[in-house]
Amino acid sequence: MSEPTALRVSLRTAFILTVFTVVFTTLMATTYRATKPAIDASTEAEKMKLVDEVLPAHLYDNAPLTDTILVAPRSELGLEDRDDPVRLLRARKAGVAAALVFEAVAPDGYGGKIRLMLAVGADNRVIGVRVVSHKETPGLGDYIDPRKDRNKAAPWIRQFDNQGFEQVPLTHWKVKKDGGHFDARAGATISARAVTHSVRRALQFAVDNRDRLYALPAQSSFGKEAKP
Amino acid sequence: MNFREIAHNGIWKQNTGLVQLLGLCPILAVSTTFVNGVSLALATILVMALASGMVASVRSFIPREVRIPVFILIIASLVTMVDLAMNAWLHELYRVLGIFIPLIVVNCIVLARVEAFAAKNTPLVAAWDGAMMGVGMVVAIAVLGGLREIIGTGMLFSGIEMVIPGAQALQLLPERYPGFLVAILPPGAFLVLGFMIAGRNWLDARAARRVPPVQPVVQAHA
Repeated sequence: MSEPTALRVSLRTAFILTVFTVVFTTLMATTYRATKPAIDASTEAEKMKLVDEVLPAHLYDNAPLTDTILVAPRSELGLEDRDDPVRLLRARKAGVAAALVFEAVAPDGYGGKIRLMLAVGADNRVIGVRVVSHKETPGLGDYIDPRKDRNKAAPWIRQFDNQGFEQVPLTHWKVKKDGGHFDARAGATISARAVTHSVRRALQFAVDNRDRLYALPAQSSFGKEAKP
Repeated sequence: MNFREIAHNGIWKQNTGLVQLLGLCPILAVSTTFVNGVSLALATILVMALASGMVASVRSFIPREVRIPVFILIIASLVTMVDLAMNAWLHELYRVLGIFIPLIVVNCIVLARVEAFAAKNTPLVAAWDGAMMGVGMVVAIAVLGGLREIIGTGMLFSGIEMVIPGAQALQLLPERYPGFLVAILPPGAFLVLGFMIAGRNWLDARAARRVPPVQPVVQAHA
C-alpha cells in the first residue's frame, strides 16, 4: 500500500468530522423537539405559580393569563430600556375588576436590577409583591426574596401587603432610614430601598391608569409607543 | 487497571477538586450550598460517564489530528441534551442550576479525562472512570458546599425542597447565629478549598507514615 497523500488524509478527516457533526446535531435537534412541550408547559406553570404567590386564587374567577394587555415599556415600571411590551394580567371576579398583576423592575439594586411581580387590587392597595429575580448579595441583601428571608413568619416583602397611598402616604413610601414607613435590615438598606421605590412607582402607575387598564379589551396595547 | 483501582483513583488519588484542581470554575461558583453543589456534580457525573463511554466506543474512528474538536463536539452535544432534559423534567432544579450546566462544557476535567483515559480504553472502563471522576467531584463539592453553608448561614441542605419536595433544611447552629458572610462569598470558596486540600494532604501524609514504604526499611538494615 502506498503512502496516503496529504489530499486524501485531509478529505478523509474532513469527511469524518462532518459525519460526527451531522450525527450529534441530529441528536441535539431530536432532544430539543422531544423536550419542547415539557419545557413550554413548565414555563407557563411557573408563570401561573408566580401569579398565585402575589394573588390569592379566591380573589378572582377568570383566567388572568389570557385576560392580558400589552404595556409599552415605561419608566414607572423601570422598563425603559426594554424594546418589547410587557404583559399585564387582569383578574376579575364575576366580571368586576379585582386586581392587576404585572412586572416591575427596580433598576438600582445593590447587584443590579431586581425584577418584581406585583398584584394591585381594584381598591388601589398592593395585594402582594414577589421578587422574580435578583443579584443581591447572598445572605445579606437577598432577604427581599421571601424564600431566602430567615424570618419565615413575617418575611420582609410582606410589609407591602394591603398597603396603598391612603394607608401610607406617598411621601412616606420609603425605608425608615430615609424617614419613611418601611423597615429595612441593617447593613442591607440598598436592596430594600430599591424594592420600596420600585413598588411605589408601580403602584402609582396602577392607581393613575386604573380605569383605562381594566377597560381596555384583552390583547390590546397600552402606552403611546405601543404598536397598534 | 481494574474497576476498584479506577474508583480509588477518581475519588481519592486523583480527586478532580482536591488534587488535579481541574474545573475549579464550577466547583467554586456553585458550592455556595450543599444542595447546589451536589446537584451540579451529579449532572457532571452523568455527562462525564456518557462522554467517556461515547468517546471510547468511537475512538477508533476519530482521526488523531482532529480528536480534540470531535471530543468537544461530543461533550457539548451531551451537555446540551442534559440541559434540555433537566429543563423539561427537573424544572425546579433547573431554575437553580440552569446557568451552571453550560459550565460543564468548559469544565476541563471532562475534556482532560476523555483525552487522557477514554480515548485509550474500552467503553465500559471509560464510562466507569468518567463516573468515578464525577463521584470524586461530588465528594469534594459536598464537603466544600456543606462547610461554606454551615459557616456562612448556620444551616445545611437549604434548597433541598427543590430536589426532594417536602424535605426541610436543617438549622445546625443556633437560630441566633449571625452568619459568617465571607464563607458564602467567592473568597470563602478559595479559603475553604485551601483548608480541604491541606486536610487531604495531611491525611495522605499520615497514612504514608503509618505504613512506611518498604524501601527505607531495607536501607536502614543495610
